[in-house]
Amino acid sequence: MNRDEVIDFVYDEAWMLDEGRFHEWLDLWLPEAVYWMPLNWNQQDPLTETSLLYEDNFMLRLRIERLHGARTFSQKPKSRCNHVLNRPRIVELTEDSARVKTQMHYVETRLDEQQLLALTVTHDLKATPDGIRIAGKRVDLLNCDAAFRSIQLLP
Amino acid sequence: MSDPDLKTRLDHLIRPQQVHRDVYTSPEIYRLEMKHLFPNCWVYIGHDSQTPNKGDYITAQIGDQPLIMVRHNDDEIHVLYNRCPHKGTKIVIDRAGNTGKFFRCPYHAWSFKTNGCLLAIPLKKGYENTGLEDTEAAHGMAPVGAMKNYRGFVFARLAPEGIGFDEFFGDSLSSLDNMVDRSPVGRLNVAGAPLRFMHNCNWKMLVENQTDTCHPMVAHESSAGTAVKIWEEMDKPEGTPTPPAMEIIAPFMSPYEFFENMGIRTWPNGHGHTGVHHSIHSDYSAVPGYVEAMNEAYGPERAQQILGENRHNTVYFPNIMIKGPIQQLRNFIALGPDKTLVESWIFRLEGAPEELTARTAMYNRMINAPTSMVGHDDLEMYERAQEGLMADGLEWVNIQRLYEEDEDFTKEAVLNGTTERQMRNQFDAWKRFMLGGAA
Ligand code: FES
Ligand SMILES: [Fe+2]
Repeated sequence: MNRDEVIDFVYDEAWMLDEGRFHEWLDLWLPEAVYWMPLNWNQQDPLTETSLLYEDNFMLRLRIERLHGARTFSQKPKSRCNHVLNRPRIVELTEDSARVKTQMHYVETRLDEQQLLALTVTHDLKATPDGIRIAGKRVDLLNCDAAFRSIQLLP
Repeated sequence: MSDPDLKTRLDHLIRPQQVHRDVYTSPEIYRLEMKHLFPNCWVYIGHDSQTPNKGDYITAQIGDQPLIMVRHNDDEIHVLYNRCPHKGTKIVIDRAGNTGKFFRCPYHAWSFKTNGCLLAIPLKKGYENTGLEDTEAAHGMAPVGAMKNYRGFVFARLAPEGIGFDEFFGDSLSSLDNMVDRSPVGRLNVAGAPLRFMHNCNWKMLVENQTDTCHPMVAHESSAGTAVKIWEEMDKPEGTPTPPAMEIIAPFMSPYEFFENMGIRTWPNGHGHTGVHHSIHSDYSAVPGYVEAMNEAYGPERAQQILGENRHNTVYFPNIMIKGPIQQLRNFIALGPDKTLVESWIFRLEGAPEELTARTAMYNRMINAPTSMVGHDDLEMYERAQEGLMADGLEWVNIQRLYEEDEDFTKEAVLNGTTERQMRNQFDAWKRFMLGGAA
C-alpha cells in the first residue's frame, strides 16, 4: 500500500455510500471487521457501554438488505447522503496495513429534513490479493452525546 | 384541585374505548398535563448510582420543570428545583457534575447548601431591615413536594400534597424488585451514558407502544423479519449457535399467538406489563457463572423464582418503561405536544458477570438507538400517526381491542397479551391525575 492508494480508497468508499452502492460497499469489508460509532467522546469500551453502532458483518448486511426491503416504511421515500472529506491524515502505514483518520461532514436527507454531522473517521485498512479492504472503521461524531432523530444511512 | 370545567372537558375526550385526538395534538391539553398530570404523579428522576459521592448531582425534569438530584453531605439524596431563588437563573447546566459542599449561583453568587438551604449572600448588609426573611427567596432552592429512593431508583412528586409512593405504585413495584433482585447483591448501577433519541410525536404514543403487541410483526418486518430471513438463508455448519444479536432481534417477529399467550397484567394507577407467562427475553442463552452466583446468594429455589420471571415491558405511569430481564429503563420525556425525548438507560448487575452488561448494551444499541433499524421502524410509525391525527375527517383514536364492559381499573387483572386494556388503564389514570389524583 502507498499513500495515494490509501487516500483514494477513503474517498472511493465515501463515494460508494453517497451513490447508494451498498452491496459493493459491503464487499470492501473483511469478514471480521466491525463498524463502531461510539456514543461518548473518546469512548474506549464498545461492549459494556452503549454505542450508537457496533456492528459486525451480519448486522451490516442486515442494515443493507433492510434498506432495500419492500416493507421498509421508514425508507419510503428513501434517504440520501453526502460526505465531504478533508484530506485524510495517515497515522500508520506499512506494506500491508494502514490506519488513516479523516474529518468529514456528513449530510443525510429525507423528505423536507436534512441533518449535518461532523465526523472524525478512523479506518484500519489491510492489503489483500483483491485490493485494499476495511479491517475496522470507527466514526466519532462531534456531537456524539446530542439527542438525534433517526440517522438511517451510514456516516 | 378539582376543576368542574376541566372534568367535563376530559369526560368528552376520554371514552371507555376511544380517545379524542386532541389528547395527542392540542397544545392546551399539553399545558394542562404539565400543570396537573406530571405534578400529581410520582415521576422517575434518576438512579442514585449516578450521584455516588457527596456533592454529585444530575439535572432532570418532571414535565416542564427543571430539577436537580443531588447527594447531600449526610449521604441522602435531595431533589430541588433548578432555579435560583434570587432572579431565577438555573443553578447548574451540566447533565452531571459535582458541586462540592454548596451550590453557587453564577449570576450574583448567592450560595446554597446541597439540601437547598440558603447559605450566604454577598454584601448581605444590603438586605438588613428589608424583610428578606419573609420572602420565598430566604428559604433557598425549593425542594420538590416529596421524593423517594426505592432500591436506588429515585422518584419525586412535585405537588406538596398527594398520593403516597406506596399507594401510587402498589404491587407494580414487583417488576422493579425483580430487576434489582437479578443482582446477586440486590444492587444495580448505571452503565454509561443513555442513548438520546428525539421523536416528533406526543409522549403518550411512545408509552402506549410499550404494551402494543400487535405491531412488532408488522412494523418490524423490515428489521427483525429481514434478520430472520438472512440468518435462515446463510450457509451455516450444523450446530452453529444462534449469535446474541439474533437472540435479541428474532423474537420481534414472533407470531400473534406468541404475544397473545404471553399475557398482559394491569395494576391500578396506570401501571402494567406485558410478558406474564413468557416474553421475547425468555430464551436468551445462559451466561456462565451467573446462575451459580444467584444460587449462592438466594438459594436455588428463590434464584429460580427470580430468573423465571421474564416480564417484557413494564410501564410505570406516567412515563417510564423498564425491562427487568435485561436491566433497562426508558424515560419518555415530554418536550412539547409533538416532541418527546427518549432516554434509554442500561444497568449493571452488581456481583454478576460482565457479559450480562454486554448483552444489555447490545440490546440497547440494536433496538433503541437513533441509529437502530428497529428504532427507525417505530419512529416512522409514531410520526406518521402524529401527522395523520391532523386529518379532520376522523376524531378518535381507537383502543378497544378486547374491551370488556365495566372494566375495573382499581383491581389487578391478567389478560390475553394482545389486549389494549393497559392503554385504557393508562387513560383512566391520566384522567384522574389530571384532576388531582382522587379516585
Ligand atoms: S440570580 Fe442567582 S444570585 Fe442572582
Ligand atoms: Fe416497536
